[in-house]
Amino acid sequence: MMEIIKTENLTFGYEDSQKKVLEQFNLTIEKGSFTALLGHNGSGKSSLAKLFNAVLLPTGGTVYVSGMDTKNEALLLEIRKNCGLVFQNPDNQLVASIIEDDVAFAPENLGVPSEEIRKRVDDALKCVGMYEYRLSSPQHLSGGQKQRVAIAGIVAMRPSVIVLDEPTAMLDPRGRKEVVETILRLNREYGITAILITHNMEEAALADRIVVMEKGKILLDGTPEEIFSQYEILKKTGLDVPQITELSYQLHQAGLNIDSCILSVDELVEQITKVL
Amino acid sequence: MLKDITIGQYYPSESVVHKLDPRLKIVLTLVYIVSIFLIQNFWGFLVLAVLTLLLCAVSKIPVSFLLKGLKPLLILMSITALLNLFMTDGRILWQWGILKITHEGIIMSLFMLFRIVFLVMGTSFLTYTTTPITLTSGIESLLKPFAKIGVPAHEIAMMMSIALRFIPTLIEETDKIMAAQKARGAALSEGNLIRRAKALVPILIPLFVSAFRRADELAVAMESRCYHGGDDRTKLKELKYQKKDTLALFVFILAITVMLSCNLVGASL
Repeated sequence: MMEIIKTENLTFGYEDSQKKVLEQFNLTIEKGSFTALLGHNGSGKSSLAKLFNAVLLPTGGTVYVSGMDTKNEALLLEIRKNCGLVFQNPDNQLVASIIEDDVAFAPENLGVPSEEIRKRVDDALKCVGMYEYRLSSPQHLSGGQKQRVAIAGIVAMRPSVIVLDEPTAMLDPRGRKEVVETILRLNREYGITAILITHNMEEAALADRIVVMEKGKILLDGTPEEIFSQYEILKKTGLDVPQITELSYQLHQAGLNIDSCILSVDELVEQITKVL
Repeated sequence: MLKDITIGQYYPSESVVHKLDPRLKIVLTLVYIVSIFLIQNFWGFLVLAVLTLLLCAVSKIPVSFLLKGLKPLLILMSITALLNLFMTDGRILWQWGILKITHEGIIMSLFMLFRIVFLVMGTSFLTYTTTPITLTSGIESLLKPFAKIGVPAHEIAMMMSIALRFIPTLIEETDKIMAAQKARGAALSEGNLIRRAKALVPILIPLFVSAFRRADELAVAMESRCYHGGDDRTKLKELKYQKKDTLALFVFILAITVMLSCNLVGASL
């Protein structure tokens, strides 16, 4: 597999504080993968996202995006085009008062010719399922719809990686579902590498790989099964497991003969019926 | 309650006027404003009234909608008319103390009244027939030649479009903050003027704090989307000067010529 993002001994701290947000941080993200980043507030997740596309620059070590060093100013646009960032609050990342104008913002910045922008905007909006809303204004959309438009705005840059910083934190359950399905589609159908920063364990369980961060370091790294089977470690750091895993763990502890780490309802049902 | 405010007052319709190039409409509006002040007698205003009605018909904007735009200016209009009526020297028709009405005063006040009415009605066609976004890109394009002497054309346009984008968001937020403060027992619509003004403070402060936070987040989001100023920027919708724009230009020149040639007829003021 090809690596698309790589950090080497990455160290980062904000100017006005002595504390390091990230220290000697080494992480490699493979092309086409779907990684979930878990961790507490202040574990350095959001800073990491901004380091990935050169909004923030490392104080030590290096970040490579598709082989490009983010400290190289000449490559700034190329890096940002390659690695798109979606933020938490959809309202604060939409620039224009008409959906299609907003999606066109990034390609316009990149100097893409008009006809090509038209095509990219239409493709991006269809890809997130918002094409029929292209002429409305953001204030008439629900949170989930706005966040999908924000994603389309990134997709229109044709990036190879899309980093989403808690994109569902401000949404209702329906909006969450819409956004998560969109991310999955981008990853599976369009082959875009996805990095999802989240607090929601159910969302994290959908990824191929989970990285748990604590105090600027990697605590755990593995597949969802591997991570959620570390029930005690997760609980000790104050993190959770998906509800279904919690249930299977409790049943296992109570003496029922099933696996302690089950990630889907169907699997749990199957195992329980087998035991009964 | 705050949601009723509509900025720019765009009147959606599919008319020819709506589809004209915004740059042409802006320039013609400026010429129109100047030409109103060149009208010398009432024949000119009569022609202008007919032309305004014609423009209404062509752009499919109801006359009542146009007249509604005058309402907020009623006070200004009456003050101007009254001042001109009583303060103009000339042949005295009626006098009481220092108040006098002169022949010239009557004509002058009617003139000023007509000027304001047609100024407001004529210029509102620009906003009625052009969406704020199109208007903004028109302004940007018109200011571009001045960029060489340091006019930040792109920045002005970007500021305008972001302001337009965030007006509804901030209005919604104001409503929320007001509701939250009312729930905490704030009396927003009671007491005298000073008390009411003071009651606005707990609304404005959170609103400003949040606006700054939004600005910060928006700036990061814009940078992430490769924003780097107006250089090498392309547009989804390029402005195109078309045949119908040239046609509209000729119609406009003809109309203004007819209107101003009335100055040659009859008595001028």
